[in-house]
Formats: sequence, structure tokens, C-alpha cells
Amino acid sequence: MIDRERALRRLGWLRWGPPVLKVIKAISMATQTRGGKVSLVVVVSVILIAVAADVIAPYDPLFQDYTALLQAPSLSHPFGTDHVGRDILSRVIHGTRTSIAAGVLSVGFAILVGGTAGLVAGYLRNWTAALIMRIADAIFAFPSLLLALAMASILGPSLQNIMIAVGVVFSPTIARLVRAESLAVRERDFVTAAVSSGATPNRITLVHILPNVRATVIVMATLLVSAAILIEAGLSFLGVGLPPPAPSWGADLRDGARYLRVAWWASFFPGCAIFLTVLAINLLGDGLRISLDPRQRRALSV
Amino acid sequence: MWRHIAQRLLQMIPLVLLISAIVFILTHILPGDVAMAILGEEMARDDEAYEAVRDELGLDHPLPLQYMRWLTRTVRGDFGTSYRTHEDVGSALAQRLPRTLQLMVMATMLSTAIAIPVGVLSALRPNSKLDMAGTLFAMFGVAVPNFWLGLMLIFLFAFAFGFFPGTGYVSPTEDLGGNLKVMMLPALTLGMSGTATLMRLTRSSMLEVLQQDYIRTAHAKGLRPATVLVIHALKNALIPVVTVYALQIGDMFGGSVVVETVFRIPGMGFWAAQSVFFRDLAATQAIIMVTATAVVISNLAADILYAYLDPRIRIA
Repeated sequence: MIDRERALRRLGWLRWGPPVLKVIKAISMATQTRGGKVSLVVVVSVILIAVAADVIAPYDPLFQDYTALLQAPSLSHPFGTDHVGRDILSRVIHGTRTSIAAGVLSVGFAILVGGTAGLVAGYLRNWTAALIMRIADAIFAFPSLLLALAMASILGPSLQNIMIAVGVVFSPTIARLVRAESLAVRERDFVTAAVSSGATPNRITLVHILPNVRATVIVMATLLVSAAILIEAGLSFLGVGLPPPAPSWGADLRDGARYLRVAWWASFFPGCAIFLTVLAINLLGDGLRISLDPRQRRALSV
Repeated sequence: MWRHIAQRLLQMIPLVLLISAIVFILTHILPGDVAMAILGEEMARDDEAYEAVRDELGLDHPLPLQYMRWLTRTVRGDFGTSYRTHEDVGSALAQRLPRTLQLMVMATMLSTAIAIPVGVLSALRPNSKLDMAGTLFAMFGVAVPNFWLGLMLIFLFAFAFGFFPGTGYVSPTEDLGGNLKVMMLPALTLGMSGTATLMRLTRSSMLEVLQQDYIRTAHAKGLRPATVLVIHALKNALIPVVTVYALQIGDMFGGSVVVETVFRIPGMGFWAAQSVFFRDLAATQAIIMVTATAVVISNLAADILYAYLDPRIRIA
């Protein structure tokens, strides 16, 4: 038995297993409804499309076919072509990568920064903690798109800078959540027991508090990913996103908007991709939240 | 009550100062030289002109001093001069902000007119066809990117059917009817996500209130169902909705950047997009500062209003 426990610990299962199991359970509960199932299928296929973009895209997303400018959807170009003759379907497929990367990595950045700040603020409860939370309040006062826009433009147009900008914008949300959760966990008996047995603050935070806030953060992160995808698309649409000719849903919409009168497909399909992806992630996130929070579950059945 | 308000107002001051510090730091970590950007590379080779610009902007002073100068000027309402258009930023703001505010007011009116009735009816008949439609609409409204929605509305209503003009702006002092017509689609686009949130919240809040004992009492003592619904239920159900209106102000400021760009409305949002794009320092600072302060004030107003409407919060 002890050997098994040691082996599991070495695998990291004891640390990561319970929250991962909790999330898997939550996903299976969240997807019991028809909407939940559909959303899971859409989210998984979007991820698969992003991974396999090179294989499934019918054309090179950067190839400009000057004999086929602004062509309406047809069998050879199901989503039509844009103003320089690029295949829109292939660009939408490759744009999935940009959006998913921007969404997931910026939220990861926010979890790193905001999560650390929230844990520190939740543990310290002194003026440092107060300062951290006031900074979070201040960042919170800026409309997220405006702040991300200003930061992305200052840092310069690249995917990495967009992730940093969006990550900073979302950090206060995570920080507040983690702080509130860790304040609640701190009051529980097992933390008191750990304190009285002489555990250091670092150990208490990392070993006792962190594992107990992880599941909540994962749910919040799901919902933030869809918000991050919307902001990335918005920034690219405003022209401070990925520099052209990289495929990005927002930037393609910006290009397509100029030809709206003659070629609706150039802006319709990239927008559809954003809309469906965000919708599916939202549905999945809502389901997760409800299945992890029993009070919400009851409220839903009302 | 007044004591509470005064306290909250005082607490606002350090928050606004912190916001101003963030705005200042943000706009001063610009990689590259502001003076160079103003003059353009050709002109910047002229050392004298270059130094003159640096001197005028106070760029050679230490950052804390620059911050204090900027802050004292800003507090007095002097936002400096835009280097791109050479206008006074304060008066440019005064010219453009009302257009954005008009858009926001129209968006709020539209979303209220749609969201509250549908939310109430959905709560009265949960799981009915209308409730399902409301749920679908809410999911759509939250997930749809507003720039795409705007473009599709332009395509449908302006290009295909010709009901509304697509883009462009008409001043309300010149032609009020034309102005309202031009602002209709942008307001609808800007209010979309707010409508969805408002509808969901009205529904859940109304559902909760309808289960309260005092509603049963009101019915039992023989009041007309309409009276119970409006006076007893709706009035109480709308209290939490107040907070959503305040939260939407920030979202709408952010949304106006995109929506005004799509519809080419020369308001603060369009100006923000352009200023940020062309790195217009003074304008960017002013827009972000004004917006964040407006958000802080509206949040405060919502808190106070909430406490005023719901005595239980005041006591707690």
C-alpha cells in the first residue's frame, strides 16, 4: 500500500489527481444535457481543427490566387475567397490556432499572475495584501477591451503581446476569485491543524490552500477563455492584433469588412467561427459552474 | 446614509489616483521615442526641433515629476494637445463624448425595452416557448462578437433591404430624425450583450421573488394579479438589476470602440481606436482616464442606489 502511494505521489497523481477527477466528473455532469453534449463536441472539434489545421485545410492560407479574387462560396472554395484570392475556409481553419492559442495562453498568464497575487493577498492579510487588491480594483475599472487595446498597441502587434495584454486585463478577476476562495479555505479545520503542527506559510499555501481553490479556478478559466477569444478578435479587428498576413479571425473580418457590399462571405465566415467557438465554450463553462456548485444546480431546476 | 456616501466618496480618491498612475505608467513605457513619433524620422534629425519637442513635453524630467505635472494638469481639465491632429484634447473630448453617450443611452433604452418584458414573461412561464426563445437569444447575445453583428446588420438592413443607412454620422442638431436613424443599428449592436445579461438577470430575479411568501400573501388577500406582479414582484425583482446597468457602462465604453469603428461614428470610441492605433499619447491618456473614472463613479452610484432601494443592505 505504501509503495503504491509513493508511486502515485511520484506520478503527481495525489496532487493533481483529485482536482482533475473533480473536473472530469464536472465535465461529465455538465454534458448530460443536450446543449452540454453539443458544446463539448464543438469545443473538442475546434481543438482538433487547431491541432490538425495543416492536414485538413484544403489550401495554403497565405496563397494568393489572383485568378480567383472575391469569389462567392463554391465547391472548390466552400467559404469563398478574399480580396487577394486566399481561400477563406483555409484561413478560418488556420485562424483557429491563433484564437485558441490567444485564448488559452492569455488565461494561463492571468492564472499565473492573478493566482499568485490572490494567494499572497489571501494569506498575508496585511498592507501588502491590501495594496495588491487595490491594484486589482484599479485595473478592474478599465473597460477590458480598451485596456487591452492600449496595452497591445504599446507593446506592439504580435500574438505574444496580445496574450500579455489580455492576461493582465484578466488577472484581477482571477486574483479576486483566488483570494476569496483561499480566505474561506483558511478558516477550515485542516488548515488550523496544519498551522498548529508548525507548517510554514509557504507549505500551507501551496499544499493545503492551492489544491482546494484549483477546481474553482479551472471553471472560471473556461469562461475567461471565451472572453479572451472575443478580445483577441476585437483587437485584431481594430488592427493591433497579429500582423498580416497571419490568419486570424478578427483580422480577416477587418479585411472582409471593406468588401462587405460585394462579398459578404469574407466577413460572414470568420465571424461565424468566433461566434460558434465562444458560444460552445460559454455553454461548457456554464455547465461546469453549475455542476461544481450544488446551490446553482438547485437554482437551475427551479 | 449620508455618512456612508461620504465615506465611499473618500475611498474613491485613492482608487482614482491609482488608476491615474496606471494610465501614466502604461503610456510611458512606450518603446520608442515620443518626440521622434511626433516629428517623424525626417524632422527628428534636426537636433534643435527634436530638443524643442522633448523640452515642450517635459520628457527630460524624471518620471515622478512628469507624472505630478500631468496629474495636476489633468485635474484642472487640461488634457494637453494631440500631436496627431494638433487639437486641444479636452475640447475634442467634449465634442466626441456626447455622441458616445447618446449611443450608450439609446443602447440602454433598446435593451431595457427588450430585456425587461421578455425576462418577466419568461419568469411567469418558465420553460414555455417564449422562455426558450429568450434563453437562446441570451446565449446568442453574449457570444456574438459585436463587430461581426454590426457588419451583418449593415449588410442586411442597409445593403440588402435599405431600411437604415449603413455607416456615416448625422448630427442631431442638424437632422434629429436622420440622426436617430443612423444611430439605431449601432445602438442595437452595442446593447446586444447587455440585453442578454439583463434578460437573464430579470428572469432569475423575478423567479426568486415570485416564490416569496409576501407574493402569496398579496395574492391571498385578493389583490389583482397585475397589481401583485407590478407593485409587489417587479419592483423588488428589479433591485439587483440596477447593478447590471452600472456594470454595463464600462462594457459599453469598451464596446463603443469597436461599434463606432464599424459604423464610422465620430465618437469617443472611434477616436480611442484611432488614437491608440497612431499612438496619440495625450488623447489615449485622456480617453482611458475619463472612461475609468466614469466606471468608478457609476459603480459607486450603483452601490449607493442599491443600498437606497434595499434597506436590508443598509443595515448589514
